[in-house]
Amino acid sequence: MTQRRPRLVVVGNGMAGARTVEEIIDRVGPDRYEITMFGAEPYGNYNRILLSNVLSGVEAEDGIFLNSLPWYEENGITLRAGVEVTRIDRFARAVHAVDGTTTPYDKLVIATGSVPFVPPIDGAHHPRRGFHQGVFTFRTLDDTRAMIRYARDHQRAVVIGGGLLGLEAARGLQQYGVSVALLHAAGHLMNAQLDATGGDILRRSVERLGIDVVTQARTERILGRDAVEGGRLADGRTFAADMVVIAAGIRPNTTLAQVSGLPVERGIVVDDHLRVLDEPDIYAVGECVQHRGQTYGLVAPLWDQAKVLAGQLTGTDPTAAYHGSRTATKLKVAGVDVAAMGVTAPERDDDEFVVFAEPRRGVYKSVVVRDDRLIGATLVGDVSKVGFLMQAFDRGSPLPEERVRLLFDLGGPPAEVSAAELDDDTQVCNCNGVSKGALVATVAGGVRTVSGVMDATRAGKGCGSCKSLVGQIVEWAAGGEVAEDPAANWYVPGVPMDKPTLMAEIRACGLRSVSAVFAALADGREDAKSKMGLVSLLRMMWGEEYVDERGARFINDRVHANIQRDGTFSVVPQMKGGCTTPAQLRRIADVAEKHQVPLVKLTGGQRIDLLGIRKEDLPKVWADLDMPSGYAYGKSFRTVKTCVGSDFCRFGLGDSTALGIAIEERFQGLEAPGKLKLAVTGCPRNCAEAYVKDLGVVAIEGGRWEIYVGGAAGAHVRKGDLLATVDTPDEVMAVTGRFLQYYRENANWLERTYAFVPRVGVDRLRELIVDDVDGLGAGLDERMATAVAGYRDPWRERDAPATPGQFRTALPLVPLPAVPVRAEGSWS
Amino acid sequence: MTAVNGGRPTADGPVDGGPTVTAVDDGRLVEHRIGPGDDIPHGEGRAYPVAGDLVAVFRLTSGQLRAVSAVCPHAGGPLADGLIDAEVVICPLHQHVFELATGCSRTGQPALRSYPVRQDPTGTVWVSAPAARASAPPAGGDGR
Repeated sequence: MTQRRPRLVVVGNGMAGARTVEEIIDRVGPDRYEITMFGAEPYGNYNRILLSNVLSGVEAEDGIFLNSLPWYEENGITLRAGVEVTRIDRFARAVHAVDGTTTPYDKLVIATGSVPFVPPIDGAHHPRRGFHQGVFTFRTLDDTRAMIRYARDHQRAVVIGGGLLGLEAARGLQQYGVSVALLHAAGHLMNAQLDATGGDILRRSVERLGIDVVTQARTERILGRDAVEGGRLADGRTFAADMVVIAAGIRPNTTLAQVSGLPVERGIVVDDHLRVLDEPDIYAVGECVQHRGQTYGLVAPLWDQAKVLAGQLTGTDPTAAYHGSRTATKLKVAGVDVAAMGVTAPERDDDEFVVFAEPRRGVYKSVVVRDDRLIGATLVGDVSKVGFLMQAFDRGSPLPEERVRLLFDLGGPPAEVSAAELDDDTQVCNCNGVSKGALVATVAGGVRTVSGVMDATRAGKGCGSCKSLVGQIVEWAAGGEVAEDPAANWYVPGVPMDKPTLMAEIRACGLRSVSAVFAALADGREDAKSKMGLVSLLRMMWGEEYVDERGARFINDRVHANIQRDGTFSVVPQMKGGCTTPAQLRRIADVAEKHQVPLVKLTGGQRIDLLGIRKEDLPKVWADLDMPSGYAYGKSFRTVKTCVGSDFCRFGLGDSTALGIAIEERFQGLEAPGKLKLAVTGCPRNCAEAYVKDLGVVAIEGGRWEIYVGGAAGAHVRKGDLLATVDTPDEVMAVTGRFLQYYRENANWLERTYAFVPRVGVDRLRELIVDDVDGLGAGLDERMATAVAGYRDPWRERDAPATPGQFRTALPLVPLPAVPVRAEGSWS
Repeated sequence: MTAVNGGRPTADGPVDGGPTVTAVDDGRLVEHRIGPGDDIPHGEGRAYPVAGDLVAVFRLTSGQLRAVSAVCPHAGGPLADGLIDAEVVICPLHQHVFELATGCSRTGQPALRSYPVRQDPTGTVWVSAPAARASAPPAGGDGR
C-alpha cells in the first residue's frame, strides 16, 4: 500500500515562497511533499527587485523570471497562478481561493509578501473605479507595464516617495522622455538608510540627473477629474503632473492572515522556526512576517528565512533557527552608488563617528564605531570601501587603529588599492600572473564566490599575499552579488567545519587518520586539497597517536625534502642557529662532490642548501651527510637565524647564538599551520632580522630580551608586534613555547603569523600568553612539551622506506626543461 | 571493477603473467605489464615508462587503479608525486588539477592522456596504451 504524501500548500509565488520550495527540493527532492503554490499574479515566479531594470529598459521582461513554468512541472508542483487565496480554514486545514476551490493542506506556508503603502491622498482613488487611471503604484510586473504605457504619451510625471523605490521609479521613468519630479515627505532622501548630510549629497546627485526633488513635501490631494492634472501639498504648494507614481514604501501583506484569524501585528507573528504563533502546521516567510518585532523589506533576510524554513519542513535540520538579519544594502540608486548598514548616526556618548563629505563630487562617507566594532556605515557616491565595511559589520572583524582608513585607502601597498581603481591589465597575483581583467572575466562568466574564482584562475594560490585583493576584486566585479562562500571559514575545503568545531569533532570521535576524518565528517568523500591541512592538524593534536597515511602528505613531507621546479629535490641539513663546524662543512663538501650536486647555496636561514638531488638519491645523500634534517620543507618550524651576539661582536648585548641554538633544538621539526621562521639577534642593530620573523627575539640593554611576533619579510612585509620583554633566556623559551602552541592550535590552515597575530590582536595574545588571564598557560606548556618530546628525525627513513617506492623517481625518461646548472665562474 | 585490496586479487580479465606485452582489444591498444600491484601504496602514485611515454599509475584509497600521463603539461611537474582523491590529482609544482578518470584539467591546462589500467588475479598491474607508432605488434603477438 502506498502512503499518501503530505500536502504542502504555499500561498504566494514570489521570491520568498518560491525560494522556500527550491530549498525544500534541494534538500529532499520534489517527492517528499505534494506541493501546490498559489500566486495572485498570473505569472511564474519573477525577481521583483529587477522591476526597476524593466522600467528603465535595461532588462527585458523574460530576463527577470526566476523559475519557468516547466520548472513547476518538472518538480511536480501544481501552480495556481492568478488565483488569489481568500481564506485559510485553520480547523479544517484547507485554503479557500477566489475561484471557489478548497485545497486541503498538511503544512501551509504563507508567503504573501507586501503591498505598496499608499498614504491617504484625496483624489488618488476614484470612488468607484479604484485608483485614478493616471495614478500608479510600483510593485508588480503589471504596475510596471502600465507605467511604461502611460509614460510614453505623457509629459510630466511626479513620483511620491524619496526612498529607494521612489528614486528608482523616477530614474526609470526618465527613459520615456517625461520630466520627472520627486516629492518626499521627510527632510532628506532615503531617510531610512542615510543621515541628513548623506541624503542631501544624494539629492544633489539626483538633481544633476535632471530629476526635480522637493523634500518636506506631503502630498494632500491629486487634482483632475478624468485625467490627472497635478496635486497639492499640505503646505499649500501645488504641482502640475500627467501621471503620479506612489512609491512611498511597502507594508507586510497580512490581509489573508488577518481574515483567517492568525496573529498579526505589523506582520504575521512568527517564532524562530518561522512558525506562526500557536499554529502547529502554519508557517510564514518573507516580507509578510514579523520576527522578534522586526519586519524586513530586503532580499537577504528572505533567503536566510527560506533556508531555516526548508530545514524545518524537511526535517533535515530541525535545529535550524532564524535569529534575525543584520541588513546591509549596496545599491545603485538612480545611477548613484549607495551603501548603508546599521545605524546612521552615533547613539551613545562614546560612539565614534567619522564623517567625510564632498558635496561637489557627490561623495559622502560616514562610519559609526562602538567598542571597536563597526555598528553602522553610510556611503554615497564612492563605495570602494564597501567590501571591507560589510565584512567588518557582518563579522565584527577588527578595525584599523586609524579610523580614517575605514573610509579611504591611504597610499598603502597595492593590496590596499581599491578594486575599482585598478586597470584591467594590472597583475593581481604575481605568483601565477593573474590580471584583474582575468578575475573580472571569470566573475562575468558566472563564478560568484571568491574561492571559485581562485580555483578557476589560480589567483592567490601561490604565496597567498594577494588573497584579500582578489576578494575585493571579485566582490567589486560581482556588483555586491558575491555569493556568501560557506567554505570561507572552513579549516580545509573538503570538511564543512571551522577549526574549533573540527578539532572538537576529531577529539570526540577519536579520529586519528585523515581517512577517518573524511569517513566521519565528510560523508566519506576524500578531498585532495584538504589532505595536507588535515595531516598537519592531526599530527598537532595526536602526536605519536596520529595514524600516518603517506598518501595524505604533500610530496615534500613524503620524502622530507623540498621539490624543485625540475622535479628534483633540495637537501638542507640542520645547522642550529646557523652554526657549523669544519667537520660538518667538510662532510657537506664531500657529499656535494660525491653526488655531483649541481648547486650548493647558502639559504636565507643561514644553512647550506644542496640543490638538484634526485628523489632516488635522497636516502644515500642523507646517509652520507649523517646530519639531521633541517626542515627546509613542510609547514613546520624551520630555522632560528642568529647574529654573532656577544661572543665576538663589539655591540652584542646578549648571547643570541646560544639562545638561538637552544630554541632551534627545542622546537625542531614542529608541525604548524604555516612554516615558522625565527631569529634571535644580539642587539637592536638587528643583524639577524628578528623584527620581521614569525617570532623574533632582540637582546636589549640591561640583559633583557624583547619578543616580537607576527613579522614577515616575504611577499608580505610586516614588522612584528612586541609581545613581551623578559629578563632571562628561560623566559624567552617559555613565552616562545606558549606562543607557538597557541598559534598551532588556533591559526587557520596556512595562516602565517603575520595574518594570525593581527587577527587575534597582540594585546589579546599578551593577555593569554604572558599574563595568562584565561589560565591557558599550563595546558599550552604541557601540550608543547608532549609535542617536542615526540620529535623523530625524518631522515632516519633512509634506512627503511615507509612505503614501497617511496624514493622511486616520478620523472620522465626524456629530460624536462632542466634548471641550468651554474658552473663555477659562470656567474655575472 | 579492478579493485584489489591488500594484495587479494579480485580483478577481472584473463590470467596472463607471461609476456611483457600482449596485444588485446581490436589491435589498436596494447597491454603493457607494469609490475606488482603492491608497489603502488594506497592513496599514492608511481611513474612507469610505457610505450615511450611515462605513465603515472595511482591507487585510490578504495583500492581502484587509475593511469594518466605522468608529466604535467604546464611545467613538466611529476604528477605521480601529486596528492590525489577519488577524482583528481594535483600537480605538486603549481597545483594544477586533473581528473584521474578522463585526464581533463580543471584548471585550464591541456588534458592528460588517460590509460586503461587493471590488476590481474596474480596481482600484476597492466596498462593499455596505443600500439607503438612504428611497429604495431600483430594481433595476439608479443613483440615490442
